Amino acid sequence: MSLLTVRDLNVEFRSGVRAVDGLDLDLDAGRVLGVVGESGSGKSVTSLAVLGLLRDARVSGEIRFAGRELTALDQRSLRRLRGDRIAMVFQDPLSCLNPYYSVAFQIAEAYRAHHRTGRRQAHRVAVHMLDRVGIPEPERRARCYPHEFSGGMRQRVMIAMALCLEPDLLIADEPTTALDVTVQAQILQLLRELRKESGTAIMLITHDMGVVAGLADHVVVMHQGRAVERGPVRDVFHRPQQPYTRGLLACVPRIDGPLPDRLPTLGATT
Amino acid sequence: MILYLLRRLAVTAAILLVICAATFAVFYLMPADPAQGACGKACSPERIAEIRSTLGLNHSPLVQFRDYLAGIVSGRTYGSGTQAVDCPFPCLGFSFQTDQPVWQLLTSRLPVSFSIAIGAAVLWLAVGVGAGVLSALRRGSLWDRAAMTAALGGVSMPIYFTALVLQYLLVVQLKLLPYPQAVPFTADPVGWAQSMLMPWITLAMLYAGIYARVTRSEMLESLGQNYVRTARAKGLPEITVVRRHALRPALMPIVTIFGMDLGALLGGALITESVFGLPGVGKLAADAIASADQPVILGVTLFAAAFVVLANLLVDLVYAVLDPRVRALG
Repeated sequence: MSLLTVRDLNVEFRSGVRAVDGLDLDLDAGRVLGVVGESGSGKSVTSLAVLGLLRDARVSGEIRFAGRELTALDQRSLRRLRGDRIAMVFQDPLSCLNPYYSVAFQIAEAYRAHHRTGRRQAHRVAVHMLDRVGIPEPERRARCYPHEFSGGMRQRVMIAMALCLEPDLLIADEPTTALDVTVQAQILQLLRELRKESGTAIMLITHDMGVVAGLADHVVVMHQGRAVERGPVRDVFHRPQQPYTRGLLACVPRIDGPLPDRLPTLGATT
Repeated sequence: MILYLLRRLAVTAAILLVICAATFAVFYLMPADPAQGACGKACSPERIAEIRSTLGLNHSPLVQFRDYLAGIVSGRTYGSGTQAVDCPFPCLGFSFQTDQPVWQLLTSRLPVSFSIAIGAAVLWLAVGVGAGVLSALRRGSLWDRAAMTAALGGVSMPIYFTALVLQYLLVVQLKLLPYPQAVPFTADPVGWAQSMLMPWITLAMLYAGIYARVTRSEMLESLGQNYVRTARAKGLPEITVVRRHALRPALMPIVTIFGMDLGALLGGALITESVFGLPGVGKLAADAIASADQPVILGVTLFAAAFVVLANLLVDLVYAVLDPRVRALG
């Protein structure tokens, strides 16, 4: 069953820039959809449009989530959906966590925004979530502040925050970009495990083809606000139909292949 | 944290010592002869010589400074024998004009300055920060533009001008308020508030303008932070997003300037007190300068400086409470 259906999504900023141009997306419950493309291709804007978090922009088209049309909802109903049914993990967890509050508080805050529970109960949930995402000594670490964590740990905190309400859809916007390679691998492994346990569908936004290959079932290649190619990951990776996709794939140096003199670059426009 | 506190206290003491030395040096740079000032008009040369020895003016400046410091710390005695005058701790000397101990003069004037400063601070914080937050949330709106224009006006108008205009409008024309006079809060709270209202508004207009502009720009910055987007993505109500995630970081610079402003005002609002004729520390300073009453000038300067320095110390401590990252550094 389709969990998220996007039809003919258009996003135009007040400055006149058209960030998303007639985009269609489909994501089934429990599956992982990779959305790839270079910077400025409209990936992040699409995710913010789904959450209704775009300000100063005109959004048109259909965004159907679990049978409800999101573009028709008022801010109140959207707010109830955010965090609870659709959660988000952003790039650069340091700037995405508030430096003034402990990590447990920020997780508990998300929980309490949707549940009528006391502080203590919410704190217990936060500690449990920290444990689930693999933070050692979660009881003690819960009271720490974001600056006391490493980059990978911070991203685990963000994931714990996003998953504490067991959402149907997790939008992960470049979840591994600000992290070094070994930590990237850990975070991807964590997402894979959590997906298996909870059955949460993931919309994985990235420019990194390797990340998509490791996690996604389907992939959509975006370029200048449009989907230029889509399909199961294996098909798109092994038999790319579009020159743009081929170019994008060629940009990734292969560890098992010959070392190229120069990496190919993508043309400014196609 | 204890170590941080001790270190800060040591620095504060050092700063106060430097200020003390600087004001004392000014004492020597002033053209008036202290002995002449203490004696008054038509004084015989013998009498002046006598006073010079009583005040210790014959000693080198360094010895005099040492005696002055010793007086502040433990009190001192001027002169000797039957003419000895005892000046108890903390001794800042005696006024040339009234012969009262400077410390006593200062403390008797303090309630008025406190009343003015605290009341004005409450007013300008509420109005300034409130207007700044609303402006940031409705950026570019009519309200934003009106508030920022008003803020610019408040900042631009000199205190003596707003004070006189207020007095003319509220007292002379509309007869809403009595002429300001010092009414102790304990004796008549309503009368106290009435007499303080104009000084409060006068000062608040200036400071609220500054605070509104600072709050607005700080709020705009914090509203653009990624963690505010995270807070929205969590599904928090917008009011919580603004209050908890945008306003709290924005308040940090406000705390800094507020500490300094309040500290400076506690040491006397010179112009405001003078215009309204309220006997605060500022009025004391103005009168002392007019009559070259050097011990009082010295005392007031030191007193006011101490408030600013102590307020800054307090700000640093509040910082440590507000920002976990500062706490970690301590």
